Amino acid sequence: MTVRRLADNQDINFKFDNHDLKFLNSLLENYPKDKKQSAVVPSLFYAQRKAGGWLPEKAILAVSDFLDMPKIRVLEIATFYSMFNLQPSGDHFVQVCGTTPCWLRGAENIKKACKDYIGQEREVSKDGLCWIEVECLGACVNAPMIQINDDYYEDLDYESTVKILKDIKNKKNIIKGSQIGRKSSEPLERD
Amino acid sequence: MVNIKIDDKDYEVEDGLAIIQACEIAGVEVPRFCYHEKLSIAGNCRMCLVDVEDSRGLSPKPVASCAMQVSEGLKIYTKSERVKNAQEGALEFLLMNHPLDCPICDQGGECDLQDQSMAFGYGSSRFDGDKRAVESKDMGPFIKTEMTRCIHCTRCVRFSSEISGNDEIGSIGRGHDMEITTYLNQAVESELSGNVIDLCPVGALTSKPYAFSARPWELNKTETIDIMDAMGSNIRIDSKGLRVMRVLPRLNEDINEEWITDKTRFFWDGLNNQRIDKPYKRVDGILKPTSWKSALELAKEKISNSKSEKISALSGDLVDIESIYALKKLMKNIGSDNFDCRQDGSRISGPPERWLFNSTFNGIEDSDGCLIIGSDIRKEAPLLNSRLLRKSRDDEYKIGVIGFNNDLTFDFNFLGENPSIVEDILIENNNFCNDLSSMKKPLMILGQGALIGKDAQNFQNICIELAYKFNFINDDWNGFNVLHSAASRAGAMSIGFFPSGKGMITEEIISNYNNNKLDLLYLLGADELNLEKNDDCFVIYQGHHGDVGAQIADLVFPAAAFCEQNGLYMNTEGRVQESIRSTFPLGEAKENWEIIYLLAKEMSIDIGFSNLNELRNQLIEEFPIINPYREFEPLPSPKKDEFNKLNGHQFKRIIDSYWQTNSIARASSNLSKRNNYIKEENNR
Ligand code: SF4
Ligand code: FES
Ligand code: FES
Repeated sequence: MTVRRLADNQDINFKFDNHDLKFLNSLLENYPKDKKQSAVVPSLFYAQRKAGGWLPEKAILAVSDFLDMPKIRVLEIATFYSMFNLQPSGDHFVQVCGTTPCWLRGAENIKKACKDYIGQEREVSKDGLCWIEVECLGACVNAPMIQINDDYYEDLDYESTVKILKDIKNKKNIIKGSQIGRKSSEPLERD
Repeated sequence: MVNIKIDDKDYEVEDGLAIIQACEIAGVEVPRFCYHEKLSIAGNCRMCLVDVEDSRGLSPKPVASCAMQVSEGLKIYTKSERVKNAQEGALEFLLMNHPLDCPICDQGGECDLQDQSMAFGYGSSRFDGDKRAVESKDMGPFIKTEMTRCIHCTRCVRFSSEISGNDEIGSIGRGHDMEITTYLNQAVESELSGNVIDLCPVGALTSKPYAFSARPWELNKTETIDIMDAMGSNIRIDSKGLRVMRVLPRLNEDINEEWITDKTRFFWDGLNNQRIDKPYKRVDGILKPTSWKSALELAKEKISNSKSEKISALSGDLVDIESIYALKKLMKNIGSDNFDCRQDGSRISGPPERWLFNSTFNGIEDSDGCLIIGSDIRKEAPLLNSRLLRKSRDDEYKIGVIGFNNDLTFDFNFLGENPSIVEDILIENNNFCNDLSSMKKPLMILGQGALIGKDAQNFQNICIELAYKFNFINDDWNGFNVLHSAASRAGAMSIGFFPSGKGMITEEIISNYNNNKLDLLYLLGADELNLEKNDDCFVIYQGHHGDVGAQIADLVFPAAAFCEQNGLYMNTEGRVQESIRSTFPLGEAKENWEIIYLLAKEMSIDIGFSNLNELRNQLIEEFPIINPYREFEPLPSPKKDEFNKLNGHQFKRIIDSYWQTNSIARASSNLSKRNNYIKEENNR
């Protein structure tokens, strides 16, 4: 991990519109009335999605406005959780699990595939792809795995990862989940 | 009460205390970094580890004594081998990323980390990896940061949310990358921000104006009081030779607790700028240096050539009671009743309970609601504002404000700008009445801004009526408070430095001055009057700064500033305290009382004293309320008086720019930097 700072390029418009506010207000109902700031994590998450996968400063200010929180408190949260991206993360955000089970099953190869086909970690490629290494994503049984935007791709190796990335570039359909055809985490026949 | 054992000795302590507090009472030292009495408990430095043993036996591992409460029969060991090891370990971890740059660090010599490493440390380190470095932050013109030194105790973060209320400092990132910062490096805006300098146990936050100018052990320390506002905060002035180097707070639970305002902390460089160090007299329209002898002779000549009813005197906001008393005596001897201490045009008068903070500051803790009338309390008394902030954390505690709708760092009910709202509340024609009637011990805080103008007395009477109606005053509670912002006002009022019956009040003196109907005006440190030079009136200015007052003067007496002489001051609660000399008057300047004494002598008037002691004895005999050694006791409740319907009464803002309220502050470049900083930020 490195020190997380807001992105240098903040050239983006961000404002909650009525539709957003309606959703955010519905979030507030989950918490006691005078404890609005409890909704800070879901609100930031919503803002991140709206801004295209990252949190510009304007989004942080909008959330602090909406929840009546001091700016610094929202910034604290945004910088604390690594799932909030402070830098633009492209249209296809690839998170490669590098924690022990995945690593034992070949996560290094997956990382290499990403490096070969996307580029340096954290840099958005021309095709809108970007990858980073993350900690365990909770699918260790199907290790190694990656997450692209909201979906998991499991049971990978170098080739299948490259194929997925290529298919994304070419806008082809890709199968989600296990790439060796198993259902959920059912036992594998060993050959 | 519970019985506990600390290091095998028996103690009986109060229930609910943290172990670290119990140890403090018992006089056993437990090292700590993050724990602070006035702040919430964080328990993150792990320096305060102790062993505890209860009926279930010894704790499996040492516990943080700041985060655990005492209980019956608890045995506490603060010096066992395991505790010693644990503390050494905690320190070794803290020092792992600490730069150890003490020789170039301003905290050196008064650093908790230094001291505790000496007393509890391991002596060397087993870490040989790279230390982390952190970018320093910009927190404005007062706070210098060196964030690599930070040990993440979060005292500054807790202070900014709990005491100053601005929520400006926070910790971003996490783990190894955690950093203390303001929001994107913005300057802090709080009037109390300087206190984080004292709170920071290491040299991460230090004073910018004081940077690299002295070491603590070469400073002369004088325990005295502050006169930047009327609270009478207890301070320590540190001086080196003839220079004041810095100002620090002293603990006084009744007044300022542990804090002081930034204005108090940083005004000191104003003592070196724009000072008057010689007598001056106006020759051909220009002030030229002269000698004391000729200055006094000129004053005598002018006074004796003026008609006594055309002589008047005004006293300023920073003057000690003794010299005001001396001036009053002199004026009486000359035969003039035209003297006033209410420069801002306030019309307070009558017995002290009508113009003092009757509930006392500690009374705020007991109160259960508050109504602020015509006061911009955050500017007039920032520390009082902080006390209210802490009360307002309780949802039940309702605060109503009539007058100025400013950011007070807490939520309040703004009832409106018009003084007539007080009348509405009196006839129960206001929404806030419901809240008010449920309160048992509410506070009313009347600012000076509410008591200016012809109708002020009447307005005050209405407020007193209101106070009786809603529990502000009842048999066992007196919550009727008048807040002052000028340090010498309450003292001057209590010795009657205002005309009673005959004599002119400030407003009349000023209009007579402007209409050429005044022969002589004596300004005792009065700088906040906005007068133009008028050649028909001879103006004598006695003071320490070449400020507004000296500009219109024909004769200038150089006087000592408050920290260059001993003098009494009464704070807005009616508490009398002595300000002690820390350095000497500059150049030919003399102490304030002495100048008036010399003038009386020159005029062959027997003023009745020839040294400060005699003066003080006389003063205390005539006005026992001024006795600084008397037991401080609450005053009776103010009496009801007749009142009429308000007639065009208006509130007036008495403080425009918080950082420039008096002549010392205006001469201070520290404070004007801060003042400009706000403007720049606003423009951005
Ligand atoms: S800056 Fe000082 S007070 Fe603030 S967390 Fe760091 S060490 Fe503690
Ligand atoms: S270790 Fe990769 S998903 Fe758990
Ligand atoms: S003082 Fe107890 S953990 Fe810091």
